[in-house]
Order: sequence, then C-alpha cells, then structure tokens
Amino acid sequence: MTGAGTAIIAEGLVKRYGDVHALDGLDLRVPEGTVLGLLGPNGAGKTTCVRVITTLLRPDAGRCSVNGLDVLRHPDQVRKIIGVSGQYAAVDEYLTGYENLEMIGRLYHLGKRTARRRAGELLERFNLSDAADRPVKTYSGGMRRRLDLAGALVVSPPIIVLDEPTTGLDPRSRLGMWDVISERVRAGATLLLTTQYLEEADQLADDIVVIDKGRSIAHGTPDELKREVGGERLRVTLGSRTDAQAAAEILSRVCDGPATFPDESEHLVEAPVTRGASALVEVVRGLDAAAIEPVDIGIHRASLDDVFLQLTGASVDAVAEEVS
Amino acid sequence: MSAVAMALTDGWIVAKRNLIKIKRIPDLLIFSTIQPIMFVLLFAFVFGGSIQIPGVTYREYLMPGIFVQTVAFGAGITAIGLADDLQKGIVDRFRSLPMSRAAVLVGRTTSDLLNNVFVVIVMSLTGLLVGWRIHTGFGEAAAGFLLLFAFGYAMSWISAVIGLSVKSVEVAQSAGFIWMFPLTFLSNAFVATNTLPSWLQPIADWNPISSVALALRDLWGNASTDPAFRGSGFPADHPIPLAVGWILLILIIFIPWSIAKYRQAASR
Repeated sequence: MTGAGTAIIAEGLVKRYGDVHALDGLDLRVPEGTVLGLLGPNGAGKTTCVRVITTLLRPDAGRCSVNGLDVLRHPDQVRKIIGVSGQYAAVDEYLTGYENLEMIGRLYHLGKRTARRRAGELLERFNLSDAADRPVKTYSGGMRRRLDLAGALVVSPPIIVLDEPTTGLDPRSRLGMWDVISERVRAGATLLLTTQYLEEADQLADDIVVIDKGRSIAHGTPDELKREVGGERLRVTLGSRTDAQAAAEILSRVCDGPATFPDESEHLVEAPVTRGASALVEVVRGLDAAAIEPVDIGIHRASLDDVFLQLTGASVDAVAEEVS
Repeated sequence: MSAVAMALTDGWIVAKRNLIKIKRIPDLLIFSTIQPIMFVLLFAFVFGGSIQIPGVTYREYLMPGIFVQTVAFGAGITAIGLADDLQKGIVDRFRSLPMSRAAVLVGRTTSDLLNNVFVVIVMSLTGLLVGWRIHTGFGEAAAGFLLLFAFGYAMSWISAVIGLSVKSVEVAQSAGFIWMFPLTFLSNAFVATNTLPSWLQPIADWNPISSVALALRDLWGNASTDPAFRGSGFPADHPIPLAVGWILLILIIFIPWSIAKYRQAASR
C-alpha cells in the first residue's frame, strides 16, 4: 500500500510502556512535498511517533514506511533519506558549530571535502558564520536550535522530520526558523512537524493531525479544522448588559444563526456568519438605529487554539476570555 | 564499504570528536592522571615499607600492578562518556544517521584507549622517578605495554555495557568504578597472593588483573625470584597466555553484547 506520491505512511502504530499507550493505533499519511503538522498536548504521543518514523524506536504493532521503504526492514536506507531534528538540540557542546556539521556530513559519508563545504554553506544560511569556530557551549538556545536544524539538512534530505523545532525560542528566532523550514519545503522536501504552537502549524502545515492519548482525533487542513469548531462569528462587546437582548435580536436577524451569549456576564453577544463584511455593516446600522453603543465589534475567526482545546476537552470560552 | 571498514572509518570520526572534547577540557585528562600518580606515591612511600617481596624491591613489584589498575580504572570513563551521550540525546542523532551501528562504541573505546596511553606515559615517568626500571630488552618491554593497552581496551568494552545500561551519568560515575575496587585489590597487584586467606588465593590467582600484572612483571623483569610469591598452579606458570586469553574472552563476550545494548539503548 505504498501509494505513489505518499512520502510517509504510518498504519496502526501501537507502542505501550507498561499500562500507558504512548501510541494507540495511530495512522498518518504525508503526501510528497507537503507539510503535516502533528499537534497534541504534552504526552499525546508526538515524540513517540517521530521516533518510530525516524527508525529510533520499534513499535509494538503497526507498520510505517518512508518513500516506500519499510522503516523496520530497511532502517539503513531510510536513514539516508531523512533529516531529523529532535526536541532537545542534539549537538555536541564541546565541538564548534563547524565541527558539529562537518562530523554529521562525514557520518552521512559525504566525503571530507563535500562535508566541509556543506558545513560552511549551512552556517552561512543559518546566520552562524560568526560563531562557526566557537564551541557550541557558548551558543544561546536559539543558536543551538538553528545548528541542530542545520544538522538535519546536511544532505538536503527529501524527508525532514522536526520534533518541536521552535520550543523555547524567542519570537524572532522562531520566525527565522519558519523561514528556513519553508524554504526547504518550497525546494520540494516533505516535512513532518510536531508542535505545541498552533500558530506554527497554521503557518507551516498543509495538513494537520491532532492526536491525543496516542490516537488521531482530528484531521484536516487548518481551515477545515477551524470551520469544524465554528468558523467565523460576528461578536459584539457591549458597554452594559441592559442592551443585551436588543443586540441579540439584531444579530439573530442579520446573521446566519441564532445569537448566543458566550459568557455569563452578557456583555458579549455573538452569532455565526458566512458573509462577514456585509453582515458587519448591517449589524452596525442596526445597533446605531437602536442607539446601542458597542465597546467593540468584529469578526472572530476560530483559532487553532480553539480547535485544540475543543478537541482535547477544554473550554473554548476560557481561551476566548483570555484572548480578549 | 564492508561493515567492518565502515565501523572503523565512522568510529574514527567519532573518536576524533571525543578527543576534541579532551582538548577543550584538559582538566579531564589532568584528573585522570593525578589519581594513578597519587597511587604510585602512596603505595611506594606509605605501604612500601611494610610490604616485603623477596628478590625484588617493592616499588618494582608494585609498578606493573598499578599500571594494570590504572588502565582498568581508565576504561571506566567509557561508561561515563556513553551515558553522557545517551542523556544529551547525541546518541539519538547518531542513531538517525546512516552510519555504522558499531561506530559510537568503536570511537568511544578508541579515544579512551588513547587517553589510557597518555596516562601510562605519565605514570611510567613517575615510576622511573621512584626507582622502577625495566630490566629486559626492547621487544619484551614493548610487548608488555601492548598487553597492558590491549587489556585496557578490553575493559573499555565491559565499561561500555555498563554505560549503556544505566540511566544517567551520575549512576555511571559510581556503577562504572565500584566493581573495580574488589577486582583490582583481590589480586596480586599490590600484595603477593600467598598473604591472602587460603580460600581467597585461587580467586586472586585467576583474577585477570593478576594474570596481566604477573605477565608484565615477567616481561619487564620485575617478578620476584622466590616462586612462593607468584601464586600457584596454572596462573603462576603461564601468565602471558592466560592474560591474552582473558583479553580475548572479554572482547568476544562484551563487543557483541555492547553493540546489542547500543541498538536498544535509545529505543526505550
């Protein structure tokens, strides 16, 4: 079942540690040249899944192949075509950045000269040239992460697997990492990415699989998942609750569904919309005519946070609260 | 490339990486040298006066014993190095590369061997200062050092199994060494085995440490002329073949064992 054009296939992966099911029948498919974001809370099984795909771990059941190569039967061939960057920056802190990358290149059997040239190129690309000859011990967290990612790209592998590549990075470093990652994908690489940052998955992933307790609980494009938890909603924040009923009536009339009060204070009123902009104009007119002055009014798009929390069992409203 | 050739080329790349670490933190090497020097001085000057070995000065008798003890303890750092790499996730990186499965172990044991060579050079100089001499020709002297290094190398592979079995560097630091105290002291390294209780004598005589130490004494002319001080039976009569046998036996058991351990270690 190695369908052409599918780079990574995982079927029914199971891995138990005692009573804990780290993977409990997980299925994944990553089409060639696309990015799959694997999303889930801590302990959902993301890292276990990555370790199976990258030949580091034998599952108790299930099968997995990369570019048609079975990871259990041909781990050596699989290792030649994957680049891996783990959750912890696995670089040697006593070696310099240059020495780290050169060593990885030599261990991919690139030959001394090619390994050295590649190390130089990657350090340049990752803005580490100035620090190339300093031991990694002196690097900041962001620099280590960049070096670790560079290590995954030494042979320009067709398949890249990144386990939480930006965890713990400051926003600027994170944007830099996204840039480099997108560049590899534009060059044709297939990417499997685990992350806790929903924004990251939204930015980078073509497809998202949300997993919890070792199982896939939702699958789709970022837009599909957002629509699933409610799509766009028109939301009005009121100055006082006395206007709440009148505002709700206006929203119910204009919008594509009944208005609701997402929190108990009744300062917030919202309703689902499909033609956001024109509904917004009509609601403003209606409120104006009824002499209701809103504190805030706008279109609220479900974020991946909403998706995540709804699917993994927490309250969406609690998040909306925090956001506003 | 054949599996063995790949293990050696990849192993050498890993060994170079380990040696760079020694270069960057020379304290490691300095401290692994201080302990054996301390042992030489303590035994030579503190115990030396009360231990009598007929036909040879105690310092001459002692040095081969301390050499063997030193390379055994030197092999203990193999456990620490591997546990450290496992804990820091570097083994994961290595295991995701298309390199030889034996390379990390070959590299680690090789760099630890070179570390041992350096320590033995410093110790030899200390030994010469306190009066130890080699009384045989170049060939026998060199054969002695080769045997010593081969033994240290074999011990590294035992240490590798320990390093891959423990869960942290801290555990490796004690688990890697604690068994070496009875191993090295229940031998002829520091005292003649005929001074031990009779039930302990055969254990001490057959101890690989004793075989290697006695082999070195024979090769370097540091052995007692009184046969009562050689121990008894086969180990006393054939220390060199027995030492070589021990080294081969350790390698045959522990090389495959540690490679198997390495394959599973990170897949927990």
